[in-house]
Amino acid sequence: MTHFFKRLSWLAPLPLLAGCEAVVLRPSGDIAARQAELLVQSTLLMLIIIVPVMALTVWFAWRYRASNRQATYNPDWDHSTKLELVIWAIPLLIIVCLGALTWVGTHLLDPYRPLDRIDAQTPVSNQQPLQVQVVAMDWKWLFIYPEQGVASVNELAVPVDRPVQFTLTATSVMNAFYIPAMAGMIYAMPGMQTTLHGVFNEAGEYQGLASHYSGHGFSGMRFKAHALDGAGFDSWVAQAADSGETLDRARYLELEKPSENVAPMAFAPVDPQLFSRVVNMCVEDGRMCMAEMMAYDAQGGLGLPGIANVTVLAEAGRGTPRPVLGLPPFQVTGICTVEELDRMLASAAPAESTPRDMSPLRGRALEAPQGILGRNLIPNRLTQTTPPAGADQNL
Amino acid sequence: MAVPSNIETTFLLGRLDWNAIPQDPIVWATGVVVVIGGAGLLWMLHKYRLWSYLWHEWFTTVDHKKIGIMYVVLALVMFVRGFADAIMMRLQQAIAFGGSEGYLNSHHYDQIFSAHGVIMIFFVAMPFVTGLMNYVVPLQIGARDVSFPFLNNLSFWMTVGGAVLTMASLFVGEFAQTGWLAFPPLSGLGSSPYVGVDYYIWGLQVAGVGTTLSGINLLVTIIKMRAPGMTMMRMPIFTWTSLCTNILIVASFPVLTATLVLLTLDRYVGTNFFTNDLGGNAMMYVNLIWIWGHPEVYILILPLFGVYSEVVATFTGKRLFGYTSMVYATVCITILSYLVWLHHFFTMGSGASVNSFFGITTMIISVPTGAKIFNWLFTMYRSRIRFELPMMWTIAFMLTFVIGGMTGVLLAVPPADFVLHNSLFLVAHFHNVIIGGVLFGLFAAVYYWWPKAFGFRLDPWWGKVSFWFWVVGFWVAFAPLYILGLMGVTRRVRVFDDPSLQIWFVIAAFGAVLIAIGIAAMFIQFGVSIARRDQLRDETGDPWDGRTLEWATSSPPPAYNFAFTPVSHGLDTWWDMKRYGQTRPRATYVPIHMPRNTGTGVIIAGLSTICGFALVWYIWWLAALSFAGIVIASIIHTFNYARDYHIPAEEVRATEDARDRQLASAGV
Repeated sequence: MTHFFKRLSWLAPLPLLAGCEAVVLRPSGDIAARQAELLVQSTLLMLIIIVPVMALTVWFAWRYRASNRQATYNPDWDHSTKLELVIWAIPLLIIVCLGALTWVGTHLLDPYRPLDRIDAQTPVSNQQPLQVQVVAMDWKWLFIYPEQGVASVNELAVPVDRPVQFTLTATSVMNAFYIPAMAGMIYAMPGMQTTLHGVFNEAGEYQGLASHYSGHGFSGMRFKAHALDGAGFDSWVAQAADSGETLDRARYLELEKPSENVAPMAFAPVDPQLFSRVVNMCVEDGRMCMAEMMAYDAQGGLGLPGIANVTVLAEAGRGTPRPVLGLPPFQVTGICTVEELDRMLASAAPAESTPRDMSPLRGRALEAPQGILGRNLIPNRLTQTTPPAGADQNL
Repeated sequence: MAVPSNIETTFLLGRLDWNAIPQDPIVWATGVVVVIGGAGLLWMLHKYRLWSYLWHEWFTTVDHKKIGIMYVVLALVMFVRGFADAIMMRLQQAIAFGGSEGYLNSHHYDQIFSAHGVIMIFFVAMPFVTGLMNYVVPLQIGARDVSFPFLNNLSFWMTVGGAVLTMASLFVGEFAQTGWLAFPPLSGLGSSPYVGVDYYIWGLQVAGVGTTLSGINLLVTIIKMRAPGMTMMRMPIFTWTSLCTNILIVASFPVLTATLVLLTLDRYVGTNFFTNDLGGNAMMYVNLIWIWGHPEVYILILPLFGVYSEVVATFTGKRLFGYTSMVYATVCITILSYLVWLHHFFTMGSGASVNSFFGITTMIISVPTGAKIFNWLFTMYRSRIRFELPMMWTIAFMLTFVIGGMTGVLLAVPPADFVLHNSLFLVAHFHNVIIGGVLFGLFAAVYYWWPKAFGFRLDPWWGKVSFWFWVVGFWVAFAPLYILGLMGVTRRVRVFDDPSLQIWFVIAAFGAVLIAIGIAAMFIQFGVSIARRDQLRDETGDPWDGRTLEWATSSPPPAYNFAFTPVSHGLDTWWDMKRYGQTRPRATYVPIHMPRNTGTGVIIAGLSTICGFALVWYIWWLAALSFAGIVIASIIHTFNYARDYHIPAEEVRATEDARDRQLASAGV
């Protein structure tokens, strides 16, 4: 059946979209293409029932108009078990098909799932995906390439036909990262980390955008996504590396301040732990990393001293004004030394993402969830470093 | 206008000062129009000495029919405001190309799309639906009024209070710039430090009290006050859908209230429920708000499914096909509507299994909905369809809504949602179901029940003008948005850089103009019909050859609705009465026990509005004072023993005799 739909799928966009570029239906990346395929298949599946219903509506409305005295009039006919079975069963059958399609499609195209193919013909070999760390800021996008040690603002470049693994977070408010030609969108949220896998199959310059409203500068939060061949990507990286502007924590805090319609920028070198610190909300000095806090909490918390372990924020910047009836804004003071934190964040390097069981119909490419019955589920797998011998565990 | 960055608060006026007046010529012009119009209205009221009439006959009334009409008037007034927002957005998006910033800055534009959503849902669709249920349900079940008539009056005025707060934000301060659901952290104090979100919170809280109370009221009314013989499975289908809607209201609005309370605490006292750090979790808000938000969608649409059922059965002159399956479909939808909220945020990173679960539950809702469509379709089969306006709206609904339903199921497929979420395709989808489902149904309902409420029909010619402009305008306005969504264009964008998109936005703006003509034609229709009311007069009380009990009484019905409580022997009670030639009972009339009008509702709601305003602006003394006032007024009201009166038997006799003469002259 799928094959049949595939053959028909060119039909769907035709009547509506002749002449305009429906990037969602004609994308340049395998993931988006499969999402579009599913979209078209679902539409066709539903049209099986929608078209007859619309036709019948018009036909009945015409046929049984009051002026047509030829038509049968049966004012007390209000029930037919057979007919009612049919009208419940047909939608149900279609939903069963669509549900199966949904279950399989959702698992196969889950943004967290490492890619199993570059395109319909090429499976992924042992190639590791390109890592890109994405930070949604007010109101611009920061892209960090940890392997290349470069970073860019409002400009993304990735090699064609190489899987890309985006790891996303945000600085202050929710946002959504969307390159329509490449793959579906995923939210980027402060203090949280999401993942998106995608690949470009055709070189070119594509539109990338923020798709969740995030404040005044939202409309200008767009970027160019360049899909380049291997050499082109290398020279792009080299160019970025030549920018000569370091992206360390101080520069990041400067960059983080709200700005609109920001022109592309490039940075190199980049603090390798910057992204971890952004996710853990501890780019500022003296602020306790969330991972550190969670590690304490996992061991029972800091107890009463924890209440006093806060610093009032001197400057009430964006994100931290004083509520009219509440305490002045404060932060929890970090306890770990810089070295300890460095070790801790370094140990949190992203887990390698080797494709696992890729048998498509079972859709079981993901690691089994590790809940209360399995391994510990600390989101970014951080553990407190072992304290020196003799140190008080309870602080 | 720039938001004041460092806001000084004073004891007397809180944050309120001259900077609160928006520095925006568009707002000023609107303000001038409102002031002139308002002054003119007040002068008219004064000149024709209508104050006393309005106060005694309308504002303080506990008559469900008058309250229902006032709800609809409120909805129509707010509809004009919400539509003005829509036109402004369409215009901005049609011109903001090629380096042009359009004519709205982001501060203004972001308020407009937030206000448009809030107003259309909370202050147009909700009061319209509530007003309809208020008017029709007691008549359909043969009751004299709702269970708690005073509460009904209070609910209405609380809704007005919320609307007043929302409207006040236009001229004093600002409205939220967060989108209609105010997701934190954007709606938190850090990103929205000024009064916009506070207006949002208190506007919805005040109106929410009204909605919840009215939900309880109608729920109890339907369960306890049905005419003898009217078992649950003999209730008219509109009453059934109203019952389900009110169950949803009672079960879901407290969630909204609680969520907004948590947001309020975050903003006012610095708690960390939805903040980024210190243990807060913004995702919790998203879940909570959609646990209210999804049932809300069905709160809006279910009563209109009831309207379509009534209209189809009446204008086809045929029993509704599959009454029982219609009822079960409604109940299924009611229950399922609580199991689908996550489909509003598939893209926030839930796992594949969670997404598929919510995707599939969402699709399952389309099964009972599909069954409903088929039931209407087979009611039309072998019938005699009279194409009066309500029936035309119903056909338009059936043809429009199936497309909206289809795109909805499409969005429920998570991989498809990943490319369509937050896009204009989504915007087109929910307008397709809310305009094509809710609004078309409301228009059908207005044309259908107008003769009952006022005793004369609406002018069909202007109605048809309005109909065609609306239906064509809808498709011209929203088909381009579907296409733009497939072109990867997302919502709430103020300025575009791709010039190839502009033509679609221009077409959409043209569609909005067609809709504007449709709206104007509707208001002209009201005016023309009132002017020609003597030609359009309906003496029978049953102009459409109706089937349910509301058509058994006169148009407009007397204050007591029915001189004798009707007895139901089956579905379509009035149809059966007509068929078996039942005559109007003329036995010994007895005095009728009725609730007495009271001004307490207006006072409590007024104080609540003042309290909300004071809390928005941090005017603590006023907030405390008005809150104390609410408590005191409520206590005083409990000592009011003059709550009821009897309509004397002679007056009932006189009314009923007049009705007999009227029927005789109409030749019934």
